[in-house]
This record gives sequence, C-alpha cells and structure tokens, in this order.
Amino acid sequence: MGTVESTSTLTPSGRSITVSLPGWPGNIAGQHVDVRLTAPDGYQAVRSYSIASVGPAELVELAVDKLPTGEVSPYLVDDVQPGDMLELRGPLGGWFVWKPEQTGPVQLIAGGSGVVPLVSMVRSHTASGSDAPFRMLYSVRTPDDVFYREELAGSGVQVDYVYTRAVPAGWPTGPGRLTKDRLAASVFPVSETPAFFVCGPTAFVEAVATWLVELGYPAETIKTERFGG
Amino acid sequence: MTHLDGNVLAGPLSELFRADMTTATGRCAHCGDVSVLAEAVVYDAAPGWCVRCHVCDDVLMTLVQAGERLRVDLRGVTALEVG
Repeated sequence: MGTVESTSTLTPSGRSITVSLPGWPGNIAGQHVDVRLTAPDGYQAVRSYSIASVGPAELVELAVDKLPTGEVSPYLVDDVQPGDMLELRGPLGGWFVWKPEQTGPVQLIAGGSGVVPLVSMVRSHTASGSDAPFRMLYSVRTPDDVFYREELAGSGVQVDYVYTRAVPAGWPTGPGRLTKDRLAASVFPVSETPAFFVCGPTAFVEAVATWLVELGYPAETIKTERFGG
Repeated sequence: MTHLDGNVLAGPLSELFRADMTTATGRCAHCGDVSVLAEAVVYDAAPGWCVRCHVCDDVLMTLVQAGERLRVDLRGVTALEVG
C-alpha cells in the first residue's frame, strides 16, 4: 500500500501522481506497477502503469493518461488526492527495461502516453551520466498532449515530434500520422545498430515494429510494450 | 478486440513464480517457437487473460484471477526457462 504524496497536471487528460511507498526496493527504467482498485461492493480492477521515476527513492512517480471509458484511469486522473491510499504491486517487468550498463545507441519511440517508461529511461540515462547515444521519436495528438516537454527539451536527448491532430504555430507540416518514410528519417540508421524501445497503443506499436523490420533493423533489437487502446 | 503483450503478465505471474516471468522463454507446444513471454500476444479476458503464441496464435496459457486466487493453465507451453 502506498500513500499519494502529491499530484500535478501534465496535460488536459494526463496527471502525474507521486506515491510514497515505504520499503520500495527501487526500480529499473521501463518497469511498471499494477494498481488495484477495490469498490465498496468488493469489485476489483487492476491496471498496469509505467513508472516515470527511476532509482532507489521510496517516492514513485506514475504518469497516467485518462481513458474516458477506463475503469481505473479516470479515478487516478480526476479523483485521487494527496493522503489517499493506493494498492500497488511492483516493481514489475524485466524485459522492457534499459540499464545504464547498456552502452549502445538507444532509439525510443513513443505513441501518446507510451512515452512514460521512455521518460524513465531518459532520466536513468541522465542520472547515471551514461554517454550512450539516445534519441526519441514521440507521436502525440496535439502540442498540448505532450508529457514532460520541458524536461525532455533539457535532457540533451534529441526528440522528434510527430503531431497527429494539431501542430504548433509555424510547424513546417500539417498534422498527420507517422509514416514509414517519416520513421526512417527520424531514427538512428541501421549501421549504428540501435536498440529500440517502442511503447504506445497496440496498433501504433505494431505498425512501427513492422516498418522497422522492413527497413532492415533486426527484429531482436526491437522491444515493444503495448497498452491496448 | 485489441490485445496487449506479455509485459502485462509480470504482476499476475509474480504471485506464482519468484523470477520475473516476462524475461522467461517458453516453447509453444503447437509450433515449437521459443520466445520470451514479453512477446506473447495477450487478450484481456477479465477476470483473466488468454495468452497466445506470437507466431502461430495457438493458446500458450490462460490465467484466471478470482479475488485473491489465481489459476494458471499452461496447456500450450512445453518448456519454461528463466535466468
């Protein structure tokens, strides 16, 4: 059980929630927690949320985007308040993770709130002083929907944005979905043998992974995490 | 119905196994493919999950969560390996 320490608004539908978890063993960048909510009648719902924070602290930051039809995310984004208790299980997952001892180039590819575990990788990269080349491609609906824009801008990691529904003033192109050509132009070349981490809605992740293989990147270098949608 | 992947099984399977099972490899009983569980195709079939091979789509396992009880049926996995 954790206690909500603080919350902050990230976007119109997104919120950062920091939970105090005494005894938390720390987490690796990319891991997640399962959040379990129990209704007064005993009905339970469990959902997985990526951890935005990284390292040994007993304060764990989650970043949640509200799914209007969701059973758990509306509560986390609209209702939960500092002092409330949350039932968490974690840290979970050892596959979709980046560790500072990995020295090769890393290409992060995010769809929407799929950026959250990738933000934790950027934070781990910064905190560890890693000199592994990092690059991010971030597909998002509108400029207002970007999570952690200022932090990413200050991280030293090159971030390429793709806006699917609305673009900032002065943006050179109109809104549109990521294409294979745009993907090819925005990621490390095959010759640099990057490791890929792709996270987002299932359809986005599978399109990107398919294109990457077609572009000549070995399938075993592409790690994916789908959150449905 | 959209699907997820084996990363989502880390929590439920932690109730049964000590090691992280998303990095465990499993062999599909139907086609023989050996892959990490994180790459399996997972359908959320509340109150549980149906886990399918990402190569041949045959059922690897099903999980049913009822309150504090978890039942795992490993019908389509002939070998699990961790470490």
